[in-house]
Amino acid sequence: MLAFKLAIKNLIGAGLRTWLNVFVLSLALVMIVFQSGIIHGWDVQARIDTTEWAIGGGEYWHDNYDPYDPLTLDDGHGLLPPELSGLYNDGQAAPVLVTQASVYPEGRMRNIILKGIDPDQKIIKLPSSQMAGDTSVINALIGTRMANATKLNKDDLVAVRWRDENGTFDATEIRIAGIFRTNVPEIDNNQIWIPLDRLRKITGLEDNATYVILKQGITSIPTVPGWIFKDRDSLLSDIESIIKAKSIGGIVMYIILLSLALLAVFDTQVLSIFRREKEIGTYIALGMTRWQVVRLFTVEGAMHSVLSIFAAAIWGTPLLFLVAKYGFAMPKATEGYGLTIAEKIFPVYALGTIIVMTLIILITTTIVSFIPSRKIAGMNPTEALRGKVQ
Amino acid sequence: MKNTIIYFIITSIVSPLFSQPSGKEILNLIDKNLAAGTRIMTAKMIISGARGSRTIEFKTWAEGEERAFTEYTNPPREKGTKMLKLEDKLWIFSPSTDRIIQITGQMLRQSVMGSDLSYEDMMEDPDLTSHYNASVIASDTVQGRDCWVLQLNAAGEGEAYEVRKIWVDRERFVPLREELFGKSGKLLKRTQLSEVTRIQGRWYPMKIVFKDMLKAGDGTQFIIETLRLDDPVPENIFSKASLK
Repeated sequence: MLAFKLAIKNLIGAGLRTWLNVFVLSLALVMIVFQSGIIHGWDVQARIDTTEWAIGGGEYWHDNYDPYDPLTLDDGHGLLPPELSGLYNDGQAAPVLVTQASVYPEGRMRNIILKGIDPDQKIIKLPSSQMAGDTSVINALIGTRMANATKLNKDDLVAVRWRDENGTFDATEIRIAGIFRTNVPEIDNNQIWIPLDRLRKITGLEDNATYVILKQGITSIPTVPGWIFKDRDSLLSDIESIIKAKSIGGIVMYIILLSLALLAVFDTQVLSIFRREKEIGTYIALGMTRWQVVRLFTVEGAMHSVLSIFAAAIWGTPLLFLVAKYGFAMPKATEGYGLTIAEKIFPVYALGTIIVMTLIILITTTIVSFIPSRKIAGMNPTEALRGKVQ
Repeated sequence: MKNTIIYFIITSIVSPLFSQPSGKEILNLIDKNLAAGTRIMTAKMIISGARGSRTIEFKTWAEGEERAFTEYTNPPREKGTKMLKLEDKLWIFSPSTDRIIQITGQMLRQSVMGSDLSYEDMMEDPDLTSHYNASVIASDTVQGRDCWVLQLNAAGEGEAYEVRKIWVDRERFVPLREELFGKSGKLLKRTQLSEVTRIQGRWYPMKIVFKDMLKAGDGTQFIIETLRLDDPVPENIFSKASLK
């Protein structure tokens, strides 16, 4: 208790030096909490957005379909089996047919993926109802990324060329009935959505689908021969991998931040012991053992972290709260990265992360305070009292 | 006398119909005129787009329709790029990457050097007689030459184009224009062939203009500068080793 009281007294007495260390440590703590909150918030948002916009409660893929291999698209579709037709008719699923095509915006050819979905579907947030209506022309839906890439606007007519199931070319003009904004590039980049029945008709793939999106919360997952069920977790594994990679990158950042702060504490401790030799000698002369003095200096150093936690709570909490409330705006360029990132990320601060980071700061500060303090154990008290450098 | 006049009128109307070869015969006559054992040519491709035009020069060695090797010689950026076609396979070598890539799947739909011609157009089986039912549907004049207009309807499923129309020079049996239509009847591509020249006893179009009708621009001109037919081509030309 004596060590604790003396430590507080000495720290306060040190004035600006103490508060600078406390501020640097609190800055490291707040930054670490903020960054981990951003990554966690991104993870949460990406999962929610991808689920709502693209994958619903999971997907059935045709056996031959591989979204990463366009070569599979020619064979990666099949007749919708009765089990999945039943779900579709009950409004529990939305079949999607995928084919390759070329679009000619402003007379330039661009290879794209043409997707067909029921305009009346309510399984994902894609505003497919915009494709309903006038049937004299094929109404299409594109995302903002695709619209930017092709410079297409709402109500524009654009030529699209495709091959039917036998490989015969055909072309027609489609109307851009709507442009949607989503954080999920996998339903936007290089894709055009048209009504499922129209795509089936022009390709000759009647009643076919490439994959089927299930409604969220669906519990009955039948086994369907020729179709593979992909649950939400497996469909989100890409996001998980990206977040994991970002988290590892974040740890490097934490280490750098923390190291800088701890270096300041270490430096302060070394300077303290050098400048306070007479004080150390006096402590020993008054009856304290060398290790009691070591403990005093270690507690003094460690108290920086305790004060920094309070400081972080005082200035960091409102700041982190404000960012969590209003979000952290991401640069416009991130939209083109092909990652599911919202325009604004709302950080999610995990209590576990805050506790762990606080403990890490407490422990590491104690260690870096102890290391220079060990020198006291080897000091000659008489020499120390005389203030002779040892 | 009256009967003689009627006879002459009838024969003058009917006899051209009987003397007109069938669509298949015309296609065979085209093949007979154009098909050579080997072809060695230097040519250039003028690609016109929205941002102007550019010229690519190349040399091609071809044997029948199955094997062809092309080396781009100009401009310097494309120089050294080589392409090898062996039956239904196509490889391309780019000196900038120093790699040989097989063009398959969706890559076949890419345009060749930004032209109006796609790789799959190049890979198309030129034997039209076995894939299409040809019929003469009209007569027309193209480039001042009398032509038969052939309509080719796909004989079965799986042809890239459902309908083709070919304007064939009646005397020289050289196609002077070709139009390719989609399943719905939409015109997709047009090819115009001109500057027909007599080479080693055959009539050859020395200038071909390909136009993707959905694309903007004036299309791609393909101009043959020199052409030698039935000259021996070393066997090693048609191997992947010649790409590097």
